[in-house]
Amino acid sequence: MSFEWPWQYNFPPFFTLQPNVDTRQKQLAAWCSLVLSYCRHHKLYTVDVMEAQESPVFNNKKIERKLPVEAIQVVFEELRKKGNLEWLDKNKSRCLVMWRRPEEWGKLIYQWVSKNGMNNSVFTLYELSNGDDTDGEEFHGLEDWMLQRSLQALQTEGKAEIISMDDGKGVKFF
Amino acid sequence: MDRFSWSNGLLEINETLVIQQRGVRLYDGDDKAKLDVGVALLSTHRLIWRDGKNHDCCMAMPLSQIIFFEEQAAGIGKSAKIVIHLHPSPVNKEPGPYQNSKYSFIKLSFKEHGQIEFYRRLTEEITQKRWENTPVSQPISTGTGPQTGRTRAVGIVGIERKIEEKRKETDKNISEAFEDLSKLMVKAKEMVELSRSIASKIKDKQGDITEDETIRFKSYLLSMGIANPVTRETHGSGTHYHMQLAKQLGDMLQAPLEERGGMMALTEVYCLVNRARGMELLSPEDLLNACKMFESLKLPLRLRVFDSGVMVVQLQSHSEEEMIASALDNVTEKGSLTAEEFAKLLGLSVLLSKERLLLAEKMGHLCRDDSVEGLRFYPNSF
Repeated sequence: MSFEWPWQYNFPPFFTLQPNVDTRQKQLAAWCSLVLSYCRHHKLYTVDVMEAQESPVFNNKKIERKLPVEAIQVVFEELRKKGNLEWLDKNKSRCLVMWRRPEEWGKLIYQWVSKNGMNNSVFTLYELSNGDDTDGEEFHGLEDWMLQRSLQALQTEGKAEIISMDDGKGVKFF
Repeated sequence: MDRFSWSNGLLEINETLVIQQRGVRLYDGDDKAKLDVGVALLSTHRLIWRDGKNHDCCMAMPLSQIIFFEEQAAGIGKSAKIVIHLHPSPVNKEPGPYQNSKYSFIKLSFKEHGQIEFYRRLTEEITQKRWENTPVSQPISTGTGPQTGRTRAVGIVGIERKIEEKRKETDKNISEAFEDLSKLMVKAKEMVELSRSIASKIKDKQGDITEDETIRFKSYLLSMGIANPVTRETHGSGTHYHMQLAKQLGDMLQAPLEERGGMMALTEVYCLVNRARGMELLSPEDLLNACKMFESLKLPLRLRVFDSGVMVVQLQSHSEEEMIASALDNVTEKGSLTAEEFAKLLGLSVLLSKERLLLAEKMGHLCRDDSVEGLRFYPNSF
């Protein structure tokens, strides 16, 4: 299924950071949701800022408009504040895009666990992300770093505990 | 130091500049010369020194005067020096800064270094004695008349000198020509004083002048250009003047404002008003102060300042909301507009049309598209 661009994408003012505060808030909200849905659609987890400038998200060749790099930084900062983005380096050149936050992943995983009555069982991380049982679930194929964070979120909520096993990590759900 | 003669510092034909060094102070023997720090120039024929601040103060000495010279190393708080021992002056030596001196040597103190190179070049010139091979005519001292004994003017130096002399001539001619005018100016001043005193006498109705004569005199004054508009003299400066001015502006600007859609930039007002006045023009400050009084005097005009600092005079009846609503309609109709397009559409100046669009943006009705193509405004669909 091809990605569906929102109407703002073809609206030239979308690519100029609006000075009017109210207008800007709406604009940034639209940008955030565009970035997240694009990443979700293409299953992108890491973004390099330099590459992003040329990607179709920020560069609409059809209307010949590009979002300037300062504005891209503003959008990313908004995402970071909302908890959807994390910088990988101090120079802010690469980042992790969490189009679903760890807490949300954790919730999905826990729901699956509960639904199948597997509370109090222990899983290896591999089982969760790549096991046959989880095939078809949304979190199937989830990257390791994200899986770990989700489980940590569950741990904080008291719904799981990460344990160390002989050949890696595992998790017990309560 | 009495070996130096005043000079204009210009080189003769066949004389070449070898080296120059600034930051040089002269010593008459062991005593500091009563001169400031300057530039020392060594040519094939002479040692020249020019004052660093006052370039007219320039002196020279033929190199043939030099017996011998030596270096004096720098010490603590003392710059390096070259000590130059000299022959006695020739009898026909031109006058210079010093009439006589008890010393037979001078020193050059190098406050900004350069003594090593200078010493080397001086040695070369003294050894080669190039001045003996290429004799030049005696250098002229500028103390005496500037026209006596012109040297052959060849080359760029000659051209420069010719230009300089021509300039001096022109200057002199102009001053002479206007000498008479200065006398005329004095007389004119008296005349103006006289007419002013009569004008004030008329105002105060002093003296034995009949009504008839008053009117006649006033008409004379008018024909001469001393009319009686609202000037600082008649109404004084300060708020009273500005108040009167504001009232005058209120009357004058009604029609132009209505023509222009109720708003005019202050600069346009300034041009319009002064053009109408002809004489006794308004200063920008007076205009501004007068405009500030519109509201307090309950005149139907207002001075308004936009965020960007642009100042306009607008009719009180002018409604901003209407303007913005109509602006939004215009933009929506055309899809998008730049300030220039909007100006053309409305017959406004680009400055005012931009202000209106910016105001509509501030109200949230429009949003902007800033690209290499320019600044364009769209209806705010966000």
